[in-house]
Amino acid sequence: MPRLDAAELRERMARDLPGAVLEVVPLQVAAAPPHGPQPGAFMTSDTLVAPSRLVEAACYLRDLLGYAYLSDIAVVDYLADDLFELVYRFYHVEGGEGLTLKVRIPRDHPEVPSLTPAWPGANFHEREAFDLYGIVFVGHPFLRRIYMWDEFEGFPMRKDFPKQGDKYIGADE
Amino acid sequence: MLKTEELQINIGPQHPSTHGVFRMIVTVDGETITDLKPVFGYLHRNHEQIAEQNTYLQNMPYTDRLDYFNSMANNQAYAMAVEQLVGIEVPERAEYLRVMMVELTRILNHAGALGFLINDMGMWQTQLAFGMREREKILDLFESASGARLMCNYFRFGGVVRDLPPDFIPRLKELLQAMPAFVDELERLLRENEILMQRAEGIGILPRDLALAYSVSGPVLRGSGIPYDVRKAQPYSVYDRFDFDVPVGTVGDVYDRFLVRIEEMRQSRRILEQVLEQLPDAQGGHINPKARQNVRPPVGDVYARIESPKGELGFYLVSDGSGKPYRYKVRAPSFINLTPLGDMCRGYKVADVVVILGSIDIVMGEVDR
Repeated sequence: MPRLDAAELRERMARDLPGAVLEVVPLQVAAAPPHGPQPGAFMTSDTLVAPSRLVEAACYLRDLLGYAYLSDIAVVDYLADDLFELVYRFYHVEGGEGLTLKVRIPRDHPEVPSLTPAWPGANFHEREAFDLYGIVFVGHPFLRRIYMWDEFEGFPMRKDFPKQGDKYIGADE
Repeated sequence: MLKTEELQINIGPQHPSTHGVFRMIVTVDGETITDLKPVFGYLHRNHEQIAEQNTYLQNMPYTDRLDYFNSMANNQAYAMAVEQLVGIEVPERAEYLRVMMVELTRILNHAGALGFLINDMGMWQTQLAFGMREREKILDLFESASGARLMCNYFRFGGVVRDLPPDFIPRLKELLQAMPAFVDELERLLRENEILMQRAEGIGILPRDLALAYSVSGPVLRGSGIPYDVRKAQPYSVYDRFDFDVPVGTVGDVYDRFLVRIEEMRQSRRILEQVLEQLPDAQGGHINPKARQNVRPPVGDVYARIESPKGELGFYLVSDGSGKPYRYKVRAPSFINLTPLGDMCRGYKVADVVVILGSIDIVMGEVDR
C-alpha cells in the first residue's frame, strides 16, 4: 500500500511543481456566536494549491503518484473569511490513506478550472458545487443546475442565502 | 438506404423502473441510443443545509433518510465521522455490533437490488418475492434490536443505542444457517436463465479504466474488475480482523455486477459468522459510557468513509466549535455511480436502459438528497 502523508506531498509538490503549493493561512471559520465559547482559528494540515495550478496538481497526483480515484469534491463557504474552499480528495486504487488538495477562491469571483475534461468523474461533483454554491468551473462541458430547477435564482447552500421566506411559495396568490 | 431521423424520448420522471422519481432524456436513432442525459433533483430537499441547522445528534436519524434501504450503513459512516472529529473511543463490542448490522444491511440491499433488477427485465415477480422474503427476515431482526424496520436510528456516538435483545443471536444463527440455500437458490434460478443471459451479458459495459476515471464505487467498480473495497483498502472499525474476499467481475457488464452482488452476499455471511465467533470475547459494552451525545467538537474538519452496500459513502464535516456542524457534506455513492450512465447506455437498445440503470442500484433519497 502506498504511504504518503500531507507533509510529504507538500514537499514533493514544492520540488516538482514550484509555486503551486500555497502557505496555509488560518481561517476564522465563523463569526463569533452571541454566547458560548469563541470559535478558534482553523489551521488545516492539508495541501493548499493555487487555483490556477489545480488541474496540473491533480494530474500530478494521478499520473506520477498513482492517486487515480477522485473520491469527492466538497465546497465550504467560509463567510467570515470571505472565501470558498474546495476540498478534493484522491485515493490510491491499491488502498491506504487518501490525499487532499484544497483550493481557496474569493467569494465575489468564484472561478476555478474544471477537472472534468481530464477526469470525467468530477462531472456531477462540479455540477453540484455550481448548483448549490455558484462556483463556476471554467472548461466544464455542461455546467447546468443539477438539483434545483434551471430558473431558480440564488445558490441555496451559501451561508448568506436567506433561510426564511420563499418567493416561490405563494407567488401566484 | 432509408433516411432515419434522431428522436428524443423521455423516460420518467414517473416510470416504474426508474426506482423513484428519475428522468432520462434519451436520444435514439431507431432503437439504438445515441445519447442519454440523466435529470434528477425531484426529491431534492437540501439535506445538507437542513443538517447544518441541526445538532450533531439530531442528524443521526436524518441520515437514515438518505439511502432508506441501508439506514444502518448511513448511521455508521456518520457516527464514525463525528467520533473522529470529537475523539470518541468505541468499545470493541459496539464495533462488532456495528459490523453485524451493516453486513446484514448488505445482504438485505443486494437481495432487494437483485430482485428489482430482474423485475426490470420483465421476469415478473418471482425473484423479487424471493429477495423480499429474505429481506423481511433481516428487517424483523432490525426491528427487535432497534425498534424500527427501515429507519433504524440505531447508532450513537461511541457505540449503539442499546444492546441486542436476548433472542437476537439465536435468530441470527438460524438466518445464517438458511442463507446459503437461499443464495444458491437465487443464483440457480438466475444464472442459467435464458432471459437474464440475453438481457445482461455484454450489456452496459463499463471498461476498467473508464470505471476508475468515472469515480464509480461499490459493486459497479468491482464489476469492472477493480478490487477496490474500502473495507480492505482502508480498514475501519474491526474489518481488519475478518477473513473475506473481494469479488470482482471481468467484463464490467450488467451480468458481472449481478454476480458480484451474489458473491458479496456470501462474503457478508462469512463475516457475520466470524462476528458471531468473536463477539462473546469482545471487551466493553454496547456504548462507551463516557461518550457525550450532545457533542461540541473542536474546530476542524474530518472525512470518514465506509463501504456501504452501494459504494463508498463518506461524510465530510467541518466544525466551528459549536454544537451544530458548520459544513456537512455527504458523498453519496449512487449519485456518483450515475455519472457514467450515458456512456454505459450508448450503443445499446432503449429496452436496455432500465436494466443498466437497475444494475447500478440507485436510491433516489440518496441521489437527490
